[in-house]
Amino acid sequence: MKYELQYKRYSEKTILIEWPSGIDKNTLHDLLLYKKSIESFYDKLIVEVVVGYNSLLVLYTLAIEDIYSSIFELKSIYDSKNENVVLKNKLWKIPVCYSLSLASDLKEFSESKSLTIDEVVTLHTTPFYTVYFIGFLPGFLYLGGLDSQLQMARKTTPSLSVKKGSVAIGGNQTGVYPIDSPGGWHVIGMSPIDFFKPSVEECCFISSGDVVQFISIEEQEYNAIKSDVISGKYIPKSISI
Amino acid sequence: MIGEVKILKPGFCTTIQDKGRFGFSKFGIPKSGAMDQMSYNFANLLLDNDEDDACIEWVLQPPVLQFLRPTIISLTGASVDAFLNDKPVEMYHQIRVFKNDVLNFSFCKNKMYGYVGVKSGFLTPIAFGSRSYYKSITNDYILRVNEYLEYYSTVKYREQFSTISAPMDDSNSGELSVYKGADFDTLSASQKSMLINSSFTVSKTISRMAIQLEEKIPNSIASILTSPVLPGTVQLTPSGALIVLMRDCQTTGGYPRVLQLTESAINSIAQMRMGEKINFRIVN
Repeated sequence: MKYELQYKRYSEKTILIEWPSGIDKNTLHDLLLYKKSIESFYDKLIVEVVVGYNSLLVLYTLAIEDIYSSIFELKSIYDSKNENVVLKNKLWKIPVCYSLSLASDLKEFSESKSLTIDEVVTLHTTPFYTVYFIGFLPGFLYLGGLDSQLQMARKTTPSLSVKKGSVAIGGNQTGVYPIDSPGGWHVIGMSPIDFFKPSVEECCFISSGDVVQFISIEEQEYNAIKSDVISGKYIPKSISI
Repeated sequence: MIGEVKILKPGFCTTIQDKGRFGFSKFGIPKSGAMDQMSYNFANLLLDNDEDDACIEWVLQPPVLQFLRPTIISLTGASVDAFLNDKPVEMYHQIRVFKNDVLNFSFCKNKMYGYVGVKSGFLTPIAFGSRSYYKSITNDYILRVNEYLEYYSTVKYREQFSTISAPMDDSNSGELSVYKGADFDTLSASQKSMLINSSFTVSKTISRMAIQLEEKIPNSIASILTSPVLPGTVQLTPSGALIVLMRDCQTTGGYPRVLQLTESAINSIAQMRMGEKINFRIVN
């Protein structure tokens, strides 16, 4: 399907392309197909294409001389893009320990939601979350699909340091902190795996369009995986979809 | 031959910077790079360096440096009186440095960021295509006392009679060229008029990530779905505060993007101190 897109100059070297507002899997699919077409058409003439929920930002290598002809070219790429390209995406099984000793806000969270801890864990581990894009911090996944029963406004005063690996909920979103960071989300679990490695070229193993499922593990298994991660033996589990 | 510079005094938040990281936004990695890219470029041009060779960037309080082997350096950006072994040296010139020479500065007279360039650049590790310091991406994120940084030492020096004159100081005008932001048209007519016609003051909340402005704009427009942002993007927060994103900013944001500074305007505002006045002029 074709969307009514808007094109705007963003800066000297960038053009923003916007889809109708909304967090939607069909939009994501269309956006990723278009991104791929733009990348293969321009190759070295662009630095990269940045993804948001309903937008793409095209960063050109050089300043844009004629904005109208650049937009015209982008529009023709959209109109001629191959709809039948299959995007190779993966389903990732992400181990999370929902033990109270590791999840600083879980008790308070479940009480304010009038749910038992087990109910919170079930509601959080059931959905298949879509990865829309990575932003905010290096390796931070913007996930769609949080159960509405788990939505909760961000903390009014953010925590100064949320630990790396914290699985948290903020508003209608859920995610994992890839590095230590200040943050306003409620921490309900802890994942032992690295979502961002500064030392390797492929620093994030998950990409836009992938799907994530959280798997509940006990503290013992958390510790075992953690030591495998530290020694470099752990390989994230995935299925092609 | 590899030379080393010893950091006798690090100054305040002194870092290594180059042009920045390009092509890694998909991982959520900020661009980083020299806050004032124009002064940074001059530092490399003076030395006939590659355009992305790494310089030392200091802010407000310059460092004290000892060069353990001969080289050539350049000083650009914020105005300071500089001394090599207590003898005055000029900014925006090639400066010949001999073994164990000590570079120090008096206090910073105006602007915010100064650059120390060295022949062929400083050789700190490259992460994601850049040497620019950024916590969690590079091992170090500020220079520390008694630390050593490497460079290629050289004794080759050709007396230069030509110089680059320091760029005209146009910061007094305070006029910043901007594009309409991606969400500009969601503003009301009166909000647009305030944004374009009033002057704004640089607040004390200044960092490599963002510069907050003092004056607020009454704001009732909704947050947007998280979308790409760039250095120079001006966000309007729910409280009505305007935030100008700078070189270390996040790759995406959820506040409406009301303006986008041009590249030269980003360099200008980077050098402004708390209390300085700015106004925005829309270009096409």
